[in-house]
Amino acid sequence: MSHKPVENFVPACPIPISEYSRVLMAHGGGGRLMHQLISRMFLAAFHNPLLAQQHDAAVAEWSGKKLAFTTDSYVVRPIFFPGGDIGSMAVHGTVNDLAMSGARPVYLSSAFILEEGLPMETLWRVVCSLRDAARRCNVQIITGDTKVVDKGKGDGLFINTAGIGVIEHDRQIAPPSVRAGDVVLVNGDLGRHGMAIMAVREGLEFESRIDSDSAPVHEVVLELIHAGVEIHCLRDLTRGGLASALNEIAGAAGVKIAIEQKAVPVREDVHAACEMLGLDPLHVACEGRFAAFVAAKEADRALAILRRHAVGAGAAVIGRVVENSAPRVTLRSAIGASRILDMPSGEQLPRIC
Amino acid sequence: MKYLDEYRDADLAQKLAREIHQVTTRPWNIMEVCGGQTHAIVKFGIDELLPKQINLIHGPGCPVCVTPLEIIDQALEIAARPNVIFASFGDMLRVPGSTTDLLSVKAKGGDVRIVYSPLDAVRLAEQNPAREVVFFGVGFETTAPATAMAIYQAAQKGLKNFSMLISHVLVPPSIEALMSSPDCRVQGFLAAGHVCTVMGYEEYPPLAARYHVPIVVTGFEPLDILQGVLMVVRQLESGRAEVENQYARAVRREGNRPAQELIRRIFKVVPRKWRGVGEIPQSGLGLNDGYAAYDAERKFGLAGRRVEEPADCLSGLVLRGQIKPHECPAFGTKCTPEHPLGATMVSSEGACAAYYRYRCQAPEAATKIK
Amino acid sequence: MCLAIPGKIESISGDDPLTRMGKVNFGGILKEACLAYVPEAKVGDYVIVHVGFALSRLDEAEAEKVFEYLKEMEDLGELKEGGP
Repeated sequence: MSHKPVENFVPACPIPISEYSRVLMAHGGGGRLMHQLISRMFLAAFHNPLLAQQHDAAVAEWSGKKLAFTTDSYVVRPIFFPGGDIGSMAVHGTVNDLAMSGARPVYLSSAFILEEGLPMETLWRVVCSLRDAARRCNVQIITGDTKVVDKGKGDGLFINTAGIGVIEHDRQIAPPSVRAGDVVLVNGDLGRHGMAIMAVREGLEFESRIDSDSAPVHEVVLELIHAGVEIHCLRDLTRGGLASALNEIAGAAGVKIAIEQKAVPVREDVHAACEMLGLDPLHVACEGRFAAFVAAKEADRALAILRRHAVGAGAAVIGRVVENSAPRVTLRSAIGASRILDMPSGEQLPRIC
Repeated sequence: MKYLDEYRDADLAQKLAREIHQVTTRPWNIMEVCGGQTHAIVKFGIDELLPKQINLIHGPGCPVCVTPLEIIDQALEIAARPNVIFASFGDMLRVPGSTTDLLSVKAKGGDVRIVYSPLDAVRLAEQNPAREVVFFGVGFETTAPATAMAIYQAAQKGLKNFSMLISHVLVPPSIEALMSSPDCRVQGFLAAGHVCTVMGYEEYPPLAARYHVPIVVTGFEPLDILQGVLMVVRQLESGRAEVENQYARAVRREGNRPAQELIRRIFKVVPRKWRGVGEIPQSGLGLNDGYAAYDAERKFGLAGRRVEEPADCLSGLVLRGQIKPHECPAFGTKCTPEHPLGATMVSSEGACAAYYRYRCQAPEAATKIK
Repeated sequence: MCLAIPGKIESISGDDPLTRMGKVNFGGILKEACLAYVPEAKVGDYVIVHVGFALSRLDEAEAEKVFEYLKEMEDLGELKEGGP
């Protein structure tokens, strides 16, 4: 069905971002430009208290129950990469967003945008991967959508998943709960997913392959919650990496966070790949990693629980919340001097010169 | 990683820092020439370990930063043409030209591709015979052997659809230009280690003698930079002005002869304008006549432009070490990595970008992070 | 200036000196680099690589000197303070 195009459309209010007349790749990079686009355009236009939570998933009360609701779109290229594919990622990513609010993921939707000419076999592989991941995560895909676009208008395959979870405890796991003195943990080594993708794109070979760390983390998160660990905030580390997530939380909670570079786990080959491409592992995307802000006295207990799971085997304390102040994230470098750990600026450009 | 991580040892860094504190009795201004060294200094906080009397001045050693506005505009024009594949190192993509940048040209449909090596661009030309492939050849002497080889191989293969937009600049003339300027406060240099792996350091003794400045060829890891500073300070404290080599594991006095030979075969020394600094005689590389067919400026008929820099941008003063990035009123206000006024804010090795990412984000906020 | 990093030559191919290529291992990552400018380099040597070209062979003895020098400083320091 076709609609008559609206002529002479004049927006009722001026476009809020005046510096750029067109969308750039950097607007999707997870860094500063993306956050600007979100806050000045989307948050400003849609504006409501639930949206203002600005957490990975929105938490809403409905008939006495607390529900978490989230959505994510997956546009990764290549579709199949070492350690995963767009299908499994689409499940893990949304399940993890729900877990970050302390919710138990229950239902997912799955919408496909397919490019004309995509081989059916490719599609089936992705669909099976989605099915298997959903099964492993104990969630059901209960609704979806299918669209096809002209050849050349989509990168083979895009997926959007939305998810609903239930919150079965009383904890407020969100930035406002973060306190001075809280300890910052991560559940494992960083930068694998981004470098696995970069490696395929840049044609880097490995002695032992860098696999994406794409994995569901809801089970280990729920175990932490049920064990009564005093968790104040969780944030999964996706585009923009650790730096982006910490800066988001520092901003939302109004705190200064101090990180110890030597304590941040990074595998040697990821470190080497980053050196080669001139990237900072703290800015590189992960897919099965999160940062947890817990009460200081709970650090050891949290680590013990995390390390009992494969997805938390490399868990470590990497820093702490110093004080309530103007938002800032600092890093003590390998040689002992301090500097800012900034929100990454935009799309990660491989540095050469 | 071997030959890398051991040069980031915290205890040894502290040890070198203590020794520098011991030998320093007076204030000294030392310039690190290379952008990679600036980046390491700010990223690791090396200057925080040094005594207050040592003032590290950041030099013009960022080839991205000093590529003249005219050449950026030429690149943008070429990249926007429909049949062109424009290949470049990643760093050049966000450098602002007069009105736009390569990333925006890409957003509008230009075929702009990031490559890791100039040889990748030659490969693109071989794989796309119906398209014109242009490579943006930016860099100091470190990169010249690579671009020279790319042109040499393109010529060997008889490629007709490959050309290079060349913006190579040379380090020693820039040091000479800096030192001969009346308001120069630099008393010692950390010379660029990787440039010297190619060129050696035979050009430096006359400079050291003429201007009475110690010059120490220095590497890029924290221990290298600290040791380089120590060696310069020792010379300054004892009134010496010699050339020394801290980066001896990679640099030989004569440099890399095969590389120098190919550079001489493909390129000739030409005058070159440095963005923010001005024209420095005999400070750039251009193609020898025999390889003129590979000169993109000639091929696309784009020679002879003059462009003015925006008045607000004080990149030139930063590049010459006259001011520190946070002393510029536009720093962090009108000029940020997202909307940079000049190249020093957008290049990953530009001093302004390094300060913004690792130090502070407002003008005059020179407080050290505790 | 320019990002150049150290890696170990794992294999070499090509007879023509100007197109000699090597597989270089950077901390577990393997990437090809042109070895035209380091004709004396052999398998097992470490080289500094910039934009796909090896520019210099790393001299192990010289590399050690930085650490020997630091060790000397430490010993001297102890001497100055009058013993360990």
